[in-house]
Amino acid sequence: MKILVPVKRVVDYNVKVRVKSDGTGVETNGVKMSMNPFDEIAVEEAVRLKEKGIATEIVAVSLGIPACAETIRTALAMGADRGILVETDVELQPLAVAKLLAAIAAKEQPGLMILGKQAIDDDMSATGQMLAAFLGWPQGTFASQLTFADGGITVKREVDGGMETVALSLPAVITTDLRLNEPRYASLPNIMKARKKPIETLKPADLGVDPTPRLKVLKVVEPAKRKAGVKVADVAELVMKLRTEAKVI
Amino acid sequence: MTALVLLDHDSAAIKQPARSAVAAALQLGAADVLVAGHGVQAAAEAAAKLPGVGKVIVADGEAYANGLAEPLAALLVALAPAYTHLLAASTAYGKNVLPRVAALLDVQPISDIAAVVDANTFVRPIYAGNGLATVQSSDEKKVITVRAASFDPVAEEGGSGTIEAAPAVAAQTLSRFISSELSRSERPELTAARVVISGGRGMQNGDNFRLLDPIADKLGAAVGASRAAVDAGFVPNDYQVGQTGKIVAPDLYVAVGISGAIQHLAGMKDSKFIVAINKDEEAPIFQVADYGIVGDLFVVLPALAAELERG
Ligand SMILES: Cc1cc2nc3c(=O)[nH]c(=O)nc-3n(C[C@H](O)[C@H](O)[C@H](O)COP(=O)(O)OP(=O)(O)OC[C@H]3O[C@@H](n4cnc5c(N)ncnc54)[C@H](O)[C@@H]3O)c2cc1C
Ligand SMILES: Nc1ncnc2c1ncn2[C@@H]1O[C@H](COP(=O)(O)O)[C@@H](O)[C@H]1O
Repeated sequence: MKILVPVKRVVDYNVKVRVKSDGTGVETNGVKMSMNPFDEIAVEEAVRLKEKGIATEIVAVSLGIPACAETIRTALAMGADRGILVETDVELQPLAVAKLLAAIAAKEQPGLMILGKQAIDDDMSATGQMLAAFLGWPQGTFASQLTFADGGITVKREVDGGMETVALSLPAVITTDLRLNEPRYASLPNIMKARKKPIETLKPADLGVDPTPRLKVLKVVEPAKRKAGVKVADVAELVMKLRTEAKVI
Repeated sequence: MTALVLLDHDSAAIKQPARSAVAAALQLGAADVLVAGHGVQAAAEAAAKLPGVGKVIVADGEAYANGLAEPLAALLVALAPAYTHLLAASTAYGKNVLPRVAALLDVQPISDIAAVVDANTFVRPIYAGNGLATVQSSDEKKVITVRAASFDPVAEEGGSGTIEAAPAVAAQTLSRFISSELSRSERPELTAARVVISGGRGMQNGDNFRLLDPIADKLGAAVGASRAAVDAGFVPNDYQVGQTGKIVAPDLYVAVGISGAIQHLAGMKDSKFIVAINKDEEAPIFQVADYGIVGDLFVVLPALAAELERG
């Protein structure tokens, strides 16, 4: 089974993001970029499935500016076999990403696509569900365990009140939650090997997709800042303040 | 302009996040609601009582019993022509279904809105709430999930909606429900509680979470956790508060043994009052806390329980 793993290049999760003073967005110049953490979990899962003999080939796909090739290289160093870069300067939103990924799926015919449940920059949590809809495939979102049996897949999902298990026919779309696995670090030899793995470059037009955004960002502002309050000496003072000052208990 | 809101329910009552989604819909104009499930007559009647609700569309059948996204999305697409906006709370339930609906309608969804500006324009947090983006949709129909913590829920009583049956939609065989393991708790739900007390890695193990119980009992609080506490298996995953867990904004949030990483703050920094209990006076959580106690939680928690007990 071939697995396609879309990997997004995002501002590293450790960076303290700053809103630009002109209100047009957040500062990304000179900021450390990394693979979206949920996509690392997706790549890890695909690599484990290959190690178990369930997957035969792993294709890492990234969409965006040329630098997204670095994100693909990271996936290749973790164990993906080849990459596809869909190159564009247009700001891509989940609708366009899902359409482009659906077009790639039509060419590549994977048995499974594993995405992150959420990109930590736009926090949309939408692309996997949309991709499944375009392909007419079932979706297993917020997955924390995958089991393969009887030509289908069983997915344990993190839901509002706990866990849920669903069975999906294949091909299917999965989105990863945090507890699915712990991604590995790429070893130096594997980083070297990844340099020789192929990356194909396509344009949205090659896939017949118009990527124009449907959501226009009018402005981005910083949220109201909380001020540090006071340190209290002991629990008696805390309870007194909660009762008489804050009046919340 | 009429919106349709997909409601989270437990077959009997409408969940609080869904009542917040109705509140958001009413800011746009009129609102109908959809109750889908199996044996949901009581929930439909509860929905009809929500103030401001026009029609309650009820899809009662085995296909909807477990909230699978595939049949629900097909149903919403069938109902969509009558509506300008389709909404749901951004719970696991709403987030699973609405983007699938959006794709089928060729619409870019607007996830997790925190405010309505006008019928086309909304405010939503990005980058773990470090930015608030005002976005304007050029799609004819809008598909929206609502950050429940940002909208006061509509009341449970006072409305007089009319109940009608949903159209039949072709069955699907893509997905099948197997089982669920829901965490049982006598406590209020995290996203509905007026007080939340959360434990982090500093709690050291699951047993120690019991130290929070007498305090939660006394304050009528829900119990939450940081990702580190969930990953370590101290408590179930649905306790997680944060960017990628639950978003809460109670009157009082008590963070115990939690350092205050950006991803955790994203889920609780809109709380009215924040208390931090941490032995490290440099912990970033103190930068957002209204009241901080620097100390060992194993000393502070029993003392706090005793102090509350003294009344
Ligand atoms: C993609 C991604 C998504 C994430 N999503 C979330 C999310 O939704 N929610 C979330 O919470 N995190 C999330 N995180 C993780 C986040 O970055 C932090 O790692 C996590 O919040 C840390 O949890 P913690 O504060 O409990 O643990 P730590 O950072 O280890 O802090 C433990 C704290 O306990 C204190 N302590 C220890 N012992 C005691 C004691 N005896 N008495 C008093 N204090 C004590 C310490 O001083 C310390 O401050 C995410 C990370 C990533 C990469
Ligand atoms: N530009 C992109 N390139 C590759 N994958 C993407 C891109 N955008 C989104 N994805 C995938 O979709 C997931 C969810 O993103 P989102 O819906 O934006 O929260 C991510 O975790 C990725 O797996």
